[in-house]
Amino acid sequence: MTENESVAVLGAGVMGTGISTLVAGQGLPVTLVDVDAAALDLARREIRNGLRHAQLMGAVPADRDPGALHTTLSLSDIRKATAVIEAITELPDLKAKVLAETAAIVDPGTPLISNTSGIPIDELADSLPNPGALIGTHFMNPSYLIPMVEVIRGPRTSDETVASVLSLLTRLGRRAVVVRDAPGFVTSRLLHPMINDAARVVAASTASAEDVDALMHGCLGHPTGPLRTADLIGIDNLVDSLNVLHARIGDERYRPSELLLDKVRRGELGRKTGRGFYDYKETAE
Amino acid sequence: MTAEQQARTESIEDEIIRFVTAKTKVAPDVDQDLFATGLATSMFAMQLVVFLEQTFAVEIVGKDLQLVNFRTVEAMAALVRRLRGETAVTGDA
Repeated sequence: MTENESVAVLGAGVMGTGISTLVAGQGLPVTLVDVDAAALDLARREIRNGLRHAQLMGAVPADRDPGALHTTLSLSDIRKATAVIEAITELPDLKAKVLAETAAIVDPGTPLISNTSGIPIDELADSLPNPGALIGTHFMNPSYLIPMVEVIRGPRTSDETVASVLSLLTRLGRRAVVVRDAPGFVTSRLLHPMINDAARVVAASTASAEDVDALMHGCLGHPTGPLRTADLIGIDNLVDSLNVLHARIGDERYRPSELLLDKVRRGELGRKTGRGFYDYKETAE
Repeated sequence: MTAEQQARTESIEDEIIRFVTAKTKVAPDVDQDLFATGLATSMFAMQLVVFLEQTFAVEIVGKDLQLVNFRTVEAMAALVRRLRGETAVTGDA
């Protein structure tokens, strides 16, 4: 770890914003890039709130000032980054394109970390001059509160890249579990079909969303229940990931359920839009 | 404490209870630990902060941003009164 360490995050959606909050909260400078100025404005507010949330939950060191946050529309601003975390939309072609553009800008050997909930890392490696620099992470949301990260080592990921990323995650106060490359890795392979089935249970009127979550929490020890988790992930992202998994695994359990697709059509995407399976407006109404 | 102050004190607690009830579908007691009893999660904690700031026009920063201030309706109401510069509920001012 050098003193000049700085992290670039690509994509100011839910995950990019949360990961930027984590990096800044742990005292490292972070450059957040997006193609949409409004998304960056919103991200700056969300990061301010996220830093307060982390403090509220005791998830940041009290004696450390946050790292500087720089937001930009220009990918060329990440030239000096010592690690890049790509957290754009879960579309494999778009990710491959942005990773290739990034590789052309940063120093050779800089770890390129693709944050994804399910896209096999090696599918993205072909677009890169140095596939060894590419590695996957699957941060959970909110990244600044959840201490564990799933790390995906692709068949071509180099030992140096693995060591460098594990060291960065340690610096960020996270624990890592390294797994091999596969659609959905471990967590999404298991979680996403469960959430999809939970939505089907609600659609069939077997139980309300509240009761599904209450049972999974109270009987099976799930921290919040699958449908609160869906709202936290973002239902549009969940549908994108289910489509990625369905196309690669073939199992019908991964085909996005009608209720999830309906919610996306209605813009009820979860916490980020104020409503999903639950209502998140900061009023009693 | 005057009757008017008494009413105002009660209304802070009532407003918080109304919010928690709307979000959790459970009406909490004023001294119930919302986190220990499973009503509140780490995500709901931040919603409580934003709700208090918007509803009562206060800013919760620095050392006040600690979970202990949000564990019960009572504790949140006390924080709001303190940040509004109102005297403690037990005083006779």
